[in-house]
Amino acid sequence: MKEEKNEMLLGAIWDALKMVTDPEIPVLSVVDLGMIHRIHEQDGEVLIEALPTFMGCPALDIIQRKIEEAVTGIPGVNTLTVRFIYDPPWTSNRVTEEGREKLKKFGIAPAPKFIEEDGTWTVDCPYCGSPFTTIENIFGPTACRSLLYCKSCRNPFEAMKPVSDIGYGNDFSNRKG
Amino acid sequence: MERIENAQQALQHKEYKEALVELLYQLADDDFIISFRGSEWLGLAPHIEEDVAFSSISQNTMGHAFIYYQLLHDLGEGNVDDLAHGRPPQVRKNAILLEEENGTGTYLSEPRFDWAFTVVRHYFYEIFKKMKLESLKNSSYVPLQHAARNILKEQHYHLMHWNTWFHQLIKAGGEAKTRMMKAVEQVWDDFLGVLTLGPMGEKMARFGLIDKEETLRERFLITMREIFEALELNPLDEPKMKKGNGRAGEHTQALINAISTFAEVYSLNPSAEW
Repeated sequence: MKEEKNEMLLGAIWDALKMVTDPEIPVLSVVDLGMIHRIHEQDGEVLIEALPTFMGCPALDIIQRKIEEAVTGIPGVNTLTVRFIYDPPWTSNRVTEEGREKLKKFGIAPAPKFIEEDGTWTVDCPYCGSPFTTIENIFGPTACRSLLYCKSCRNPFEAMKPVSDIGYGNDFSNRKG
Repeated sequence: MERIENAQQALQHKEYKEALVELLYQLADDDFIISFRGSEWLGLAPHIEEDVAFSSISQNTMGHAFIYYQLLHDLGEGNVDDLAHGRPPQVRKNAILLEEENGTGTYLSEPRFDWAFTVVRHYFYEIFKKMKLESLKNSSYVPLQHAARNILKEQHYHLMHWNTWFHQLIKAGGEAKTRMMKAVEQVWDDFLGVLTLGPMGEKMARFGLIDKEETLRERFLITMREIFEALELNPLDEPKMKKGNGRAGEHTQALINAISTFAEVYSLNPSAEW
């Protein structure tokens, strides 16, 4: 009986988190982004462990506050702690399939899942699907986005920047050429 | 050296904690001051895409400093804003090279900033930063391992960025190359200050916090030799520390001025909540 109650409460918390969006990519929730590592609940004491995306992302404080606002009112939640943790590291592959689809509709290409040996990567145009795209600037308007251009439909677009913690192939400092 | 899982455990070993705190101040202050210098370029970079890229890099790097200050906070050193903005120059541990101005003039009046100096300083700094982070991934202090893994994800792009600028400007020849070589000389005159782990370096290595200073320096010099050979440049001599050792709290007027600029708002009301 107690476990059932716990399951229900956890379900309600997850549902609430699905409504908490990233202020810089408003179509994605913190769940879509893969930012929620774990929810722990015992006797109404709730601990949410979240993974920061980019270290200097100014949206993190806002996201934390929005999570607190969304979860605090849920019946059964007596105390709430939202904590950012650094292990495991967030990577762009944590974005869910649903999140990737939402991104495309918003005009942002999801991050490529694979990065070449030499560290380069490509993405398809989110508008026309063409693979003939060029990277204009790895660094975009926010830490998590890059600027690209589609040579087929001639639209500029953004992509979510791929980040990985398993290395990026060759060490650029040694690149000859 | 055994693994130290968290701040509470670290606090039980006085000597360990001392060496750890010292290392964290170096890491934090280095990233903090170089990202401040980077942020001063906003609106002044050579072209608009560079403006976007450089400010993004500076913002990320400020975020890296933030993580280290947070680890210091966890060890009882005070709150993050005070650590970044409230400390006087003599207790700051950044290398002197990183506090130097971008050029003559100030952000608001007659900024005659030196792009060649900026490219060389940032490129060399990022090469060494990566080596230190790779070492920190195996640190005996577990929270520092996690910080390093997270920072490396982003730092990869920073290094790639400055690598491109450095190689393109050197290969351009002419005035670009002349200016770059002058900047290399200037940066090299104080780069030893970046490479050193300061008076407590030996202890840091003994406690397994980071590799030995000599090991890291040797690794760095080998990479530099390879880069210079590939570009057919004359080999570098030994890096020096002409302006003093920032790790020992020695600093220049440049840092005093920088603090009064970046802490101006903070100093109006240090207890304000941001």
